[in-house]
Amino acid sequence: MSPLPSAAADAMVAAAAGAIAPGTAVAPERSPVARQVVATAVAVVYDRLREEERLLFDAFERLGVPFIPVYAPTLALELGAGQLPGVVLERCVSQWRGLSLAHAYEAAGSTVINRPDVIRTCGDKLATSAALVRHGVPTPRTSLAVDAEAALVEADRLGYPVVMKPLVGSWGRLVARAESRAALEALIEYKEVLGGPEHKVHYLQEYVEKPGRDIRAFVVGDEVICAIYRSSEHWITNTARGGKASDCPLTDELVERCLGAARAVGGGILAIDLVESSRGLLVVEVNHTMEFRNSITTTGVDIPGRIAAYAARQSELRA
Amino acid sequence: MPMLDTPYGRLDLDPAALMLGELVVTDEGAELEVVALDPLRFELAPEEAEDWGE
Repeated sequence: MSPLPSAAADAMVAAAAGAIAPGTAVAPERSPVARQVVATAVAVVYDRLREEERLLFDAFERLGVPFIPVYAPTLALELGAGQLPGVVLERCVSQWRGLSLAHAYEAAGSTVINRPDVIRTCGDKLATSAALVRHGVPTPRTSLAVDAEAALVEADRLGYPVVMKPLVGSWGRLVARAESRAALEALIEYKEVLGGPEHKVHYLQEYVEKPGRDIRAFVVGDEVICAIYRSSEHWITNTARGGKASDCPLTDELVERCLGAARAVGGGILAIDLVESSRGLLVVEVNHTMEFRNSITTTGVDIPGRIAAYAARQSELRA
Repeated sequence: MPMLDTPYGRLDLDPAALMLGELVVTDEGAELEVVALDPLRFELAPEEAEDWGE
């Protein structure tokens, strides 16, 4: 794979894009080729090369969109200095790494997908819920308590079973369903023993009975491009936890909910998780660095191609 | 296909096809991450961290 014109340009571009040893200064004025190529290419910033990143690289290549794979763990960026890519597609598995780099690239004037404020909101379940509520997007009833006893009182009010989630986390990690006050007490005690200020904040959500499945929809810009059902006998239906994917038709309600949720968090390239309830579709989470390997064949939609095309459009808009 | 010896086992792969951040598994089952290409360097792939996700 060599998306750039020559080995020499590769080296210069990689350096100018920030793929350099920490502490190494790069002066863009010394590298006119790099300046030109970097400004028009899309930098795909990643830390772990998952199947998704490979599929994205293939899509950029297929569409003829110049791109630069940038391995995030080797990056060191001086804010506002150096020649940075026009468009950055942030694909880090580490949320903190991705958010930090998004800030640095944005400071340099790059168009970052997704923007740091979007990453920050989506990476924090409480901030996501707050944004959804503020924008009137239907979501399960959610409460916050900053004290163990207050959390128990609030859970009594919400009713059992109740769902407790960590503020930061993905793939269903540390998400727990408490069937009773006693179970919740044990969970809270365990969480507080873990230490760290974030574990003193308790995020509680009503448990929504769902028909053995939930929905994941993919939003690219202002369009919902496809959706899947994730079915499982377990109440956590993430495909990362063994949930089976099948195609989900895009209904008016689903599209409206997803676009509302995307607007609420700031837009971009997002995966929206929803549950079907007696109150209609409820948005549960919004993911900013979505995985999609199990959804391409299922939906028949070229998800990486749509992402690459969107990033290329952002690059054109800057021209 | 060249065989590469690592402290965690042997790898049967084409070094020229590797990319930074790629995960490979040795014949002893260790998961390694490519952290440098020139010279080629592997490290044990990190365990899943709290802030990892999508």
